[in-house]
Amino acid sequence: MKRYSAFAVAREALRNHMGWERAWASPEPKKKYDVIIIGAGGHGLATAYYLGRNFGITNVAVLEKGWLGGGNTGRNTTIIRSNYLQDPSAAIYEKSRSLYETLSQDLNYNIMYSPRGVMMLAQTQHEVRGYERTAHANALQGVATEFISPSRVKELVPIINIDGPRYPVLGALWQARAGTARHDAVAWGYARACSAMGMDIIQKCEVTGITREAGRVTGVTTNRGDIACDKLGIVVAGHSGHLADMAGFRLPIESVALQALVSEPIKPCMDVVVMANTVHGYMSQSDKGEMVIGGGADGYNNYTQRGSFHHIEETVRALVETFPMIARLKMLRQWGGIVDMTGDRSPILSRTPLENCFINCGWGTGGFKAIPGSGWGFAELMAKGHSPLCDAFSLNRFREGRFIDESVAAGVAH
Amino acid sequence: MLILTCPCCGVTAEETEFHPGGEAHLTRYGPGSSDDEFHGYLFEKVNPKGVHFERWRHANGCGKWFHAARCTVTLEVFGTYSAQTTEPPQHIKDKISAKRPGWSWREFA
Repeated sequence: MKRYSAFAVAREALRNHMGWERAWASPEPKKKYDVIIIGAGGHGLATAYYLGRNFGITNVAVLEKGWLGGGNTGRNTTIIRSNYLQDPSAAIYEKSRSLYETLSQDLNYNIMYSPRGVMMLAQTQHEVRGYERTAHANALQGVATEFISPSRVKELVPIINIDGPRYPVLGALWQARAGTARHDAVAWGYARACSAMGMDIIQKCEVTGITREAGRVTGVTTNRGDIACDKLGIVVAGHSGHLADMAGFRLPIESVALQALVSEPIKPCMDVVVMANTVHGYMSQSDKGEMVIGGGADGYNNYTQRGSFHHIEETVRALVETFPMIARLKMLRQWGGIVDMTGDRSPILSRTPLENCFINCGWGTGGFKAIPGSGWGFAELMAKGHSPLCDAFSLNRFREGRFIDESVAAGVAH
Repeated sequence: MLILTCPCCGVTAEETEFHPGGEAHLTRYGPGSSDDEFHGYLFEKVNPKGVHFERWRHANGCGKWFHAARCTVTLEVFGTYSAQTTEPPQHIKDKISAKRPGWSWREFA
């Protein structure tokens, strides 16, 4: 694999860009691998990457039924933050955020990480108290956040209306080192690095069954033949329940549609990410100038990657109240993804009832920010059988009542 | 957008008039049940890709709960029926069988 560099760009400019290689190979599946990862989204590819980088396991296949990064990795609002209340959450999300900071250099692929700052508005007294508590918790966890005043909010986001008629801005939880990254580039960068280590990324390869013998997985059946493996990792987000069904166990997960939309591109007007959880909308401005807007998830089980009009209406109505200047913007595109929601709104990174089968799911509406940390921890779990980042997120926590209750901490799905 | 008919008051309306209430036909285990039963009841969802039975409330109408049979992939509503039952009525099952041969949901088919 040739390295990307300023020199390479100059060299290719002189020879009509004929020397660029394919970023990753498209091999035929082999008969057997040490590790198979189902799902070539961000989390699956990051897992494969850290298996190779941290544990030297490179006889790995990543199977993808569609195209690489075409699920939720390509359908989110690219927000990266780690201002969570509970200790296990803060640990894994902060690990993730810190890995994002140097990910472009690690992967030799520009993921366009922009630590522009994320602000979560407090618009009720309850939220003020909640976020002050989170800021204190973050201080103990070593996550740099602070609770800021309305005047500081206005200074950072001049387009905001802080004296809103229904929900005035009473302050905000501010994480200056949070931000956004280019979502596709994260998947592409990991895929390129995995391919360079000799791993096989096999697209258009749908797993149709999981073969088991005496409580162990022996391999998978796919539309491109049977493939054997020593260890299996299931990293398929919204379709986790479907794959768990094939493997013969059930998950505490329900799949729902979550949607987002972007406006027409406008001149730079907001250089931070703003989340308003009381009215339920969040917004940032992309490098192209589009306002990227997200809101709530559908309330019922759903496998359609669409979303629904009344949720757009609710989200946009909420944001127009907070940002009056967007009232006349035209919306360009809208899309939906299937997110896997657990009861406590925290992920599952766990062993399963099958001895050599592991599952990474339940990231719900906030998986993009966790990609590097999730891959780091899950690779350790698969290689060594346990991981300090993942242990609290085991499947057993539901049976044992050890919830990591971020749904209560945030008041909304996030 | 879903169009549902409330079997309690007979009104047909779109989904914003209703509120979803999750999986239907749960056996509600209580004190004295085993850990497995209680865990299954609380957490182990069916979450099917296809036919699903679920609870809805006519929140901005008569306020009553009812059940709906729906496809989670196409969002087709096969029908709604009273919540005063422990399994879907035969005419709903027949209707689903006509459209989704070979379907199953928990112990029902």
